[in-house]
Amino acid sequence: MKWLQRLLSQDLPRSPLLALALLLTFLVLALAPFLFGGAKSMSVAAKILIFMLLVASYDLLLGYTGIVSFAHTMFFGIGAYGVAIASLRLGESWGALAGGLGLALLLSMLLSLAMGLLSLRVRAIFFAMITLAVASAFQTLVSQLSDFTGGEDGLTFRNPFGISPSYQPFESAVFGLLIDGRALGYWLIYGVVLLMFLVLLRIVNSPFGRVLQAIRENDFRAEALGYRTVAYRTVSNVLSAMFACVAGALLALWLRYVGPDTTLSFEIMLDVLLIVVIGGMGTLYGSIIGSVVFVLAQNYLQDLLRFAAKAFNAVPLLSDLVNPDRWLLWMGLLFVLSVYYFPSGIVGRLRRIRMPAAKSDATAPPLS
Amino acid sequence: MVTQALLRLRGVQTHIGAYHILHGVELDVPEGEVTVLLGRNGAGKTTTLRSIMGLCPASAGSIHFKQQSIHGMGTAEIARLGIAYVPESMGIFGDLTVQENMLLAARSAAHVRDLDAARLAWIFGQFPALRKFWLFPAGKLSGGQKQMLAIARAIIEPRTLILIDEPSKGLAPSMVRSLIEALAALKAQRTSLLLVEQNFRMASVLGDHVAVMDEGRIVFRGAMADLAADAILQRQLLGLSLGGAR
Amino acid sequence: MQEELKPRDSVIASDEAMPQLRFDAVPLMLLLGLVLLAIPAIGSTSSWITLTVAGITMGLIIFVIASGLTLVFGLMDVLNFGHGVFIALGAFVATTVMSFAQAAAWDGFFSLLTAMLVAMLCAAAIGWLFERLIVRPVYGLHLKQILITMGGMIIGEELIKAIWGPLQIPLPLPEALRGSWLLADAAIERYRIFASLIGLLVFSGLAFTLSRTKLGLLIRAGVQDRSMVQALGYRIDRLFVAVFVAGSALAGLGGVLWGFYQQSVTAQIGAQVNVLIFIVIIIGGLGSTLGCFVGALLVGLIANYAGFLEPKIALFSNIGLMVAVLLWRPQGLYPVSDR
Repeated sequence: MKWLQRLLSQDLPRSPLLALALLLTFLVLALAPFLFGGAKSMSVAAKILIFMLLVASYDLLLGYTGIVSFAHTMFFGIGAYGVAIASLRLGESWGALAGGLGLALLLSMLLSLAMGLLSLRVRAIFFAMITLAVASAFQTLVSQLSDFTGGEDGLTFRNPFGISPSYQPFESAVFGLLIDGRALGYWLIYGVVLLMFLVLLRIVNSPFGRVLQAIRENDFRAEALGYRTVAYRTVSNVLSAMFACVAGALLALWLRYVGPDTTLSFEIMLDVLLIVVIGGMGTLYGSIIGSVVFVLAQNYLQDLLRFAAKAFNAVPLLSDLVNPDRWLLWMGLLFVLSVYYFPSGIVGRLRRIRMPAAKSDATAPPLS
Repeated sequence: MVTQALLRLRGVQTHIGAYHILHGVELDVPEGEVTVLLGRNGAGKTTTLRSIMGLCPASAGSIHFKQQSIHGMGTAEIARLGIAYVPESMGIFGDLTVQENMLLAARSAAHVRDLDAARLAWIFGQFPALRKFWLFPAGKLSGGQKQMLAIARAIIEPRTLILIDEPSKGLAPSMVRSLIEALAALKAQRTSLLLVEQNFRMASVLGDHVAVMDEGRIVFRGAMADLAADAILQRQLLGLSLGGAR
Repeated sequence: MQEELKPRDSVIASDEAMPQLRFDAVPLMLLLGLVLLAIPAIGSTSSWITLTVAGITMGLIIFVIASGLTLVFGLMDVLNFGHGVFIALGAFVATTVMSFAQAAAWDGFFSLLTAMLVAMLCAAAIGWLFERLIVRPVYGLHLKQILITMGGMIIGEELIKAIWGPLQIPLPLPEALRGSWLLADAAIERYRIFASLIGLLVFSGLAFTLSRTKLGLLIRAGVQDRSMVQALGYRIDRLFVAVFVAGSALAGLGGVLWGFYQQSVTAQIGAQVNVLIFIVIIIGGLGSTLGCFVGALLVGLIANYAGFLEPKIALFSNIGLMVAVLLWRPQGLYPVSDR
């Protein structure tokens, strides 16, 4: 299993249940086009993948470096819009895609660099508020520049050859699935997310990653030891932004549409926060488990609530509380409870179940 | 004498984070007298005072004030029992005026006119600068004046015990003289003082009893007069002799 | 002997006159300057009057909402990212009171005052719960605070949607406050004057409490040095709950005023105004009430002036203002010392 350890940068699940869950996720998502053909299920699977990357990149920032930022969705949006605008303006080719992504990455890098250098010197709370303001301003900007960005309506475009839905490489079905561009697109997303995730694992387990964690624990001490904390924090901010940008590009590719509400809305930022906390901050695997739990809940919890709502139909307030539209209420409660009682999230819980006598997880941030 | 000390510390251990600062402090502060706590930097003198006040709660041991256990009580409650605390940093509210600082220190006064006139007059007599800068933001006072204000705050109302942490630190010699006079006047009124000082001359003039701390423990306790007379002992405990500050 | 006691190391030589308390009026001058500068920029006096009144009203409403937040932060280092939920709560409670009042045919003005009062009481009650359940367990843990108060806001917003429904609810002004007065060609809405008066009332009430009462003294001292206040014998945690509850009540009041200003109410009101109030308290200086006041007025005025002059940049006027102020005074207009 040496190759596996090397692949995961020595950061193993450290819990049989977690390893099982991860393996299951890995396999099910890989075979999703074969297992679930329907459009909705495929969308759910793609969304899970994209959220995994988005949340993992946020975990780098929040879980490993200890920085709270509300501007993450801004970079998500930049990636998506980059791809969309490039496809529309430069033609729907792979070259245009690459160009769009490249420009988006550059913009993300510059913005996050600026934000980092200007405001990471200030207290965490200041930074959090400033990112909130900047993200809000960006969202407004995008709505305003409607000639460029399609404003509120957004932009629709077509995928390049190879992943456009009409493309069918094989005449007959393979294992019962007629492979089309959609499926290929899905596997492209899968591949990219997997690769990016492994890169993130490498980053957080490298010396750089260790310094980030040291800064998270006690930045005074880190500074005293000679590490320029502002520099490290800025780099973390930039890396996190760039990965989010890639996730945005993937989203745009999948939806073939981008709009302010698919990428820039504050709801998505909150979703990311919820997932990273519930999944487990500072674990990276938390983003995988958390995304699965969250997206499944988002889609299927509503059905559950619908069922409960029918049961409580007669009771006035109760029926409002279990109204499927109010599923976010229950996620919110779960979120608050997680912050209190499960600061290391689901992953932390799973790891603790295994060896009660073992030392506590070294990478999980002690929030207390 | 069989009477219990006003303040008794037994086996007090205090940790600050991972650091074990106090390793079992045993201290008696008798009523109506001045006890001086001496020792090198880092010996744990400030931490001792903070532990008494509940600002750095002791992790083990007992602290009794007037035979009542105050270990584990909240700081505000401890203060309300009649202990005043003048920290090393003085704790002056810089944005508030001298008047407002005094008013805050006088718990029973709702307005300036409720301040005890006699006490205020005495304070102004000892520290004329306070009267002069009465309506001035306290942050603009000089170091010495701030120290005067800090002590004035501790005595605007009657208190049973006053803890003072290194009041002479950073003060010009003339100010130190004023300080000694003020504290001597307090002593004449039989106020109980626990004074942390590095200035041995000041300590020997004011102190009745002395306790020397080193590495979180009391290594010597006795009458100040005895220590002041014994130059060899002084050198042994404090690495100095009478007349020299550190 | 008296000679010796004259402090030789004092800041001011003893024969100088008693120095005056120097009040930092520069930000206020800035505010005044802005208002005056707008006259030539806008051109017409009547437009200027309308815009200035609108700006002041908006600014004062924002002040009412933000004042609680800045004090809570200054006093206990707690930043409540969920402050917006009290705004929404206040606004929605007002809708309920107003519809009840309409059904019972109460006088318009009286029902408005009742709505304000009831909203404040509800917000205060929920504020008390919020502090107990959500904020208290995470004192001093900034990361958890940000997360949990955000979570609290999500839960609060969803509960509001559960009770009042997810749709927008209209909040029409009562007859007595509709319409405008004419002042030299400029139409000044009656409601704006009313809301501004309430805002000024709140400001003077806060200013009086902070500077003239012992309670205010405690708050101001607590903002500077919490542990020293405790060492002087005051239970500062009780004080904090009181300030938190008062701040929530004020946010509720602000929500009512804002709801009537927009003449409609949605559950997102909280999140929308959240960003705005954070900008205001950063501009003002965390913990400073006067800073919050000036900051809020600046934001309100600039939003209105820019909205008239150059609508495209109006939406960034807040950020631009924040950056400009921070470049000049990184700790805000009126930094609180000893932090």
